[in-house]
Amino acid sequence: MLDNFGYFWEVVLKGLPYTVYATLGGIAITIVLSVIAGLALLSGSRTVRFISRIYVEGFRGTSELVQLFWIALALPILIGFQLVPLWAGILVLGLNHGAYGAEVVRGAVQSVPKAQVEGAVALNFTPAQRMRRVILPQAFIETLPPFNNLFIQLLKSTALLALVSVPEMTKQAEELRPIFGGQVGVIYLIILVLYFALSVVITFVMRLLERAAARRLGRRPVKHDTLSDPLAGMPVGGSALGGKP
Amino acid sequence: MWSWELFWDSFSALLPGLWITFAATVCGALLAYVLGLVFALIRQVRVPVLSQITFGLVEFIRSTPLLVQIFFFYWVVQPWMGVQWSAFWSGTIALGLHYACYTSEVYRAGIDAVPKGQWEASTALSLPRRRTWTGVILPQAIPRVLPALGNYTISMFKETPLLLAIGVIDIVGAAKDFGADHYSVEEAYTMAGIFFLVLSFPSSILVRRLERRFVKH
Repeated sequence: MLDNFGYFWEVVLKGLPYTVYATLGGIAITIVLSVIAGLALLSGSRTVRFISRIYVEGFRGTSELVQLFWIALALPILIGFQLVPLWAGILVLGLNHGAYGAEVVRGAVQSVPKAQVEGAVALNFTPAQRMRRVILPQAFIETLPPFNNLFIQLLKSTALLALVSVPEMTKQAEELRPIFGGQVGVIYLIILVLYFALSVVITFVMRLLERAAARRLGRRPVKHDTLSDPLAGMPVGGSALGGKP
Repeated sequence: MWSWELFWDSFSALLPGLWITFAATVCGALLAYVLGLVFALIRQVRVPVLSQITFGLVEFIRSTPLLVQIFFFYWVVQPWMGVQWSAFWSGTIALGLHYACYTSEVYRAGIDAVPKGQWEASTALSLPRRRTWTGVILPQAIPRVLPALGNYTISMFKETPLLLAIGVIDIVGAAKDFGADHYSVEEAYTMAGIFFLVLSFPSSILVRRLERRFVKH
């Protein structure tokens, strides 16, 4: 059963860089889009709010796989320009999770106590200073636990890229399946464990960030009792019971 | 290259897929509701060994991709158990199992939210344990978790297309086939996107209503 283990490991590991690139690329786009769209959701201008709302609801309302197929397969025909599957995948991961992240950022900014803003106004801060010096540092720490969940969701979504032929881990396993039919269990277990390990890494980094951010604000870090957040994968922006915070 | 004719034609081609998607969502959701409660109770009652296994399983399943789990269930678990279900059932069970790990946390939060006094009162009335759960705790916990379960049901609805990877012809599977038949994929995929948008948007409004009704702030 285990005689081909070394070979499986080798083949699957070839896919690991793609999974990591897709995750990191997706995370980068997610962060940028969530900040832009999240702040846009709070904008004073109705048009800006409206555009941002359309983006958020559009990407949250449709299936991620449909978005992937659309951008990787349909869009090239419409605009006559073919993206490399990996890039198309990264773009979809970023666009999709950015829509969820926008709600996180919006919620976090709104959770900053009003007195903080009033204090900044009283100290004659300009709106830009208010945002940069007072609101964002406090909102930032609030976004970390939900972003941790979001990034793990994103990591899990990278498996979808197998369906548009990106040679990431799941695709590598799929390539092995027809050849080693009887040992397919070992192959899948290897990639499942690798995904799990990657998600532990994400959680670890986010916890470090959280602790650093808490220290910067002069707060005590929060203790966590589980490996992943109990609310992992919750529809973002809500509490465990679904209520808005 | 966009053809409106194909776009409108794809509508009727996707309808049979819609039923498959619906069926998978409903069956998967029912499984997730029931199994999630079982997982939550095992952990709350602290059944020795089983409780730790459930904890590990829930953590693991939540941290790994559903797509791989669907493959794993279809290609490994099924043959191992010596059964041969259709791709639809195998995928739906994998979907339900995946989401059970999320709903179990929802139930847990709901159970934790029941005030401690309710437990103490049950003890004071020397209610048997079973009656405490079924008569006091769960009737208070479950209404609170309904909106969160609703949100997960919507997420499941959006993840059912993954079943196409093991050959289930759901909305997206039907769109794929339609595209292959007509040598043009963009219309059918766009239509599939519209299907999802049109169906999930009203459901999320419905869930928000449910939230306002059951979750007091």
